[in-house]
Amino acid sequence: MHKVLIVGEHDGKTLNAATAKCVTCASGIPDRDITIVLLGADTAAVAAQAAAVAGVNTVLRVDRPENEHPLAAIFAPQLAALAAGYSHVFGPSTSFGKDLMPRLAALLGVPQVSDLMAVEGPYRFKRPTYAGNAIVTVEADPARTLIATVRVASFEAAKAGGNAAVESKALNLTLPSHTRYVGAKTGATDRPDLQTAKRVVSGGRALGSAENFKLLFSFADKIGAAVGASRAAVDAGYAANEMQVGQTGKIISPEIYIAIGISGAIQHLTGIKDARTIVAINKDGEAPIFEVADVGLVGDLFQIVPEFERLLGG
Amino acid sequence: MQKIIVCIKRVVDYNVRVRVKPDGSGVMLDGVKMSVNPFDEIALEEALRIKERGTNIEVVAVSIGVADTQQQLRTALAMGADRAILVQTDAAVEPLTAAQTFLAVAKKENPDLIFLGKQAIDDDANQTGQMLAAIWERPQATYASKVEISGGKASVTREVDAGLETIEVDLPAVVTVDLRLNEPRYVKLPDIMKAKKKPLEVTSLDALGVSAGVLLKTVKTEPPAQRQKGVMVKDVAELVEVLKKKGLI
Repeated sequence: MHKVLIVGEHDGKTLNAATAKCVTCASGIPDRDITIVLLGADTAAVAAQAAAVAGVNTVLRVDRPENEHPLAAIFAPQLAALAAGYSHVFGPSTSFGKDLMPRLAALLGVPQVSDLMAVEGPYRFKRPTYAGNAIVTVEADPARTLIATVRVASFEAAKAGGNAAVESKALNLTLPSHTRYVGAKTGATDRPDLQTAKRVVSGGRALGSAENFKLLFSFADKIGAAVGASRAAVDAGYAANEMQVGQTGKIISPEIYIAIGISGAIQHLTGIKDARTIVAINKDGEAPIFEVADVGLVGDLFQIVPEFERLLGG
Repeated sequence: MQKIIVCIKRVVDYNVRVRVKPDGSGVMLDGVKMSVNPFDEIALEEALRIKERGTNIEVVAVSIGVADTQQQLRTALAMGADRAILVQTDAAVEPLTAAQTFLAVAKKENPDLIFLGKQAIDDDANQTGQMLAAIWERPQATYASKVEISGGKASVTREVDAGLETIEVDLPAVVTVDLRLNEPRYVKLPDIMKAKKKPLEVTSLDALGVSAGVLLKTVKTEPPAQRQKGVMVKDVAELVEVLKKKGLI
């Protein structure tokens, strides 16, 4: 029996979709028992959501005031205390999991598999290196707890329909006070979340200005899509950094990805390889984006995008 | 603030298109250009800016790797680091081993801050800084896009999925840096000449009491799955038609 502990990501109200993707990943391990652990100030609402994910056996709640914000220095010692008895501890490969999981691994003195993209056996996994240009198969020692971050773009979210037992766990630990949460500035938007959206419209440097990005927002709203951007567009100041798609931004796997005025640098392609369908619109027919696009259209985006929007409206 | 350590990794240059060996034993590295990991350059630049704003702050560049890693440390010295330490080894160094090595250096050097890139562009592990902070039992501030130091504390703005988050950490601390923190300076020829005279100490894992374990065995390396060649459409009407047929819009 493999006992898998999944560190749930949430904002106090909603369980992040990445958690259900970790459950799918963990379900690839033969003969397993899956527990989701939730750390927070009050995880009652989120625990109910986690318990409803199919395939989950147990949900552990660790509620204490210090857990209000997900600080790795605060969470890691608690998880290290909980990890005994588990063969695997998984977290999502989001900024939350990437920050937290290596700290946990080091406290336990064990290795981590980053961006786990396929389960080949209980201790054999695939992961990308060199910006996705080389996929390695790694084997870990079954005698040690295995820590991993799960590349969420590689897995579908586990469906609802579960009915896991929810338990509260009190940990008698003194937590460090050397790390303090100050505040957050988020690009609050009514649009779908870039990382979990089924449709994504993305713009590149060819947009030419932040003002011109409005063209994409209008189009995206028409089709209910999230809006992304290439690193070039972010660096040029046309789009906010949290919109960045690529190796240094977000790795996404929507059903349809529409790349507008994006040439397709390797680092950008790394972020969209898992999209079901890639549509490319670019005035340069030689742009590398067309090598990965399922459907390509060469032309002036400033004419194409409004026409696209108009045709969909009819 | 008296001393800042910057951890540097020698990696395949970011402009090189990495290819997998036909026998699946790894990637082709013979004759490939090697450079300082780009994120580590940003880390060093930040340390140098703090040094330039303060007084008597020493910046020490530390790396682990083969003898030729001296080249990357010389680059760090040319950028402005005061001295460098190479922990020389031919062994493959996993993130946990790297963290243990940097910890051993930190215990000798007692820095106020340790800067690293958020990840190296070869193994893309994104682990070493967090692991170092854990075993050093000090705070970590990862994915920094802004760092402000005052009175034994650092206020760090972090790039997170939802946007930006600010945390405050007591020093000493580990900070890993993201792309937008700064733009590293170019090295000028006179600086390269000057760097040749700066001290570069070579030590070993043994001397630091660290053993390079293999905790994760790489059994196969393969190229990524290729996407199938798509179709080109002539106008928007045809594009809409194709997407409708696929049931996508």
